[in-house]
Amino acid sequence: MNWDWNYTGKLIPDLLDGLRVTVTATLLGYLIALALGLVWTLLRRSPNPLVHQTVRWVTEFVRSTPLLVQLFFLFYVLPSWGITLGALTAGIVGLGLHYSTYTAEVYRAGIEDVPRGQWEAATALNLPRRRVWAGVVLPQAVRRVVPSLGNYLIALFKDTPFLFGITVTELLGSAFDEGAHTLKYLEPITVAGLFFIAVSVVSSLALRRLEKHYATH
Amino acid sequence: MSEVLDSYPLLLRGAWTTVQITVYGAVFALVLALAFGLAGTARGRLLRAVNRIYVEFFRGVAALVLMYWFFYALPLLGLRFTPIAAAVLAIGLNYGAYGAEVVRGSVEAVPRAQWEAACALNFTAAQRMRRVLLPQATALMLPPFGNLLIELMKATAGVSLVSIADLTFRAKQIQASTGQTAATFAVILVMYFVIAQALQVLVRIAERRTARMLGRGLPPRRSPAAAPAGEAVLP
Repeated sequence: MNWDWNYTGKLIPDLLDGLRVTVTATLLGYLIALALGLVWTLLRRSPNPLVHQTVRWVTEFVRSTPLLVQLFFLFYVLPSWGITLGALTAGIVGLGLHYSTYTAEVYRAGIEDVPRGQWEAATALNLPRRRVWAGVVLPQAVRRVVPSLGNYLIALFKDTPFLFGITVTELLGSAFDEGAHTLKYLEPITVAGLFFIAVSVVSSLALRRLEKHYATH
Repeated sequence: MSEVLDSYPLLLRGAWTTVQITVYGAVFALVLALAFGLAGTARGRLLRAVNRIYVEFFRGVAALVLMYWFFYALPLLGLRFTPIAAAVLAIGLNYGAYGAEVVRGSVEAVPRAQWEAACALNFTAAQRMRRVLLPQATALMLPPFGNLLIELMKATAGVSLVSIADLTFRAKQIQASTGQTAATFAVILVMYFVIAQALQVLVRIAERRTARMLGRGLPPRRSPAAAPAGEAVLP
């Protein structure tokens, strides 16, 4: 069987539509992951052992079970509890929830990496709690976590094909549907794969520049 | 709930398939990781280029897309695999690329003096790698390999979409026949969690054995997310 260039050309617009869905899901999911991860991190710092142990095990559970099954759970189980999410919404929430457990670890490591002396100095200067965080700890922690956070953005992007499992027509889904119409799977799936590689290679190059910019001296 | 638990033979068979794909995939990924990772530490430019191309290519493509490609596209080119072989190939190639970066990073993180000492003792390149660098690099590789193993196990759930009867696939069957959606998915989430914890225990045993082999204490546990390879070096 030969590669059909005409067919490939006709596919591109549909695949670009799929790519748009993929990118939307990636960005919105990542925003949820960034925000929710911060919530987990702050809750884990709670002095109440019940709270921080619960959060610890919940995040461990979410992190070590497959995203696909979590998506099934959100998409098929929640409606029976009265919460009906559209497929794309469920996918975005699932991605965000799954990756929030990773960003939480990143934040935690970033905060722990701030040298003890910085905390002590802030206490010695009698800074109010808000300024300790906003003026001393977070600016130093952020620089340390930017590279890892960027890696998880790329990882999240590469996990979006699982959304196809709950009927979202993202990049892989649109490629598969094209193939199912014509029974020619080679071109659409190959092109979809190349799109994935192109986006992730370009974004990892961008990330490496960002890393240099934020490098601690 | 009881209907779901009554279908435990189906769930156990699915779990066994998941474990099998995980193990085969991990072994294949490990072989690729060692081969391409060591190529990345070579002096020759060609070998290093081979490493870069492999890593950038297979790390860039999503595991599920690769699986679909092996499953639907390759047969059209005349290459036919059994479904499980296609899944293992896709997962192995993908995670092998991540592993190759870990191997390269760990070998490069072994203190340079070790390399120099081996040179001074007139070791050949192969001896240097096998007797001096790799044993020490192994201790650095194991914690990130442990994280990758869990990621690999999670990725195997994708094989249910190309109709391999793994745990997720069985769950969808049971859900369709009993209508117990919440219970079924809750049960398999717990099963996946148990598999992941078991894998973690195995990796920790391997870490302890390696540390003892090198006559070291165990490196401090680090958070899974933020530990780049090569930070846990002990004197």
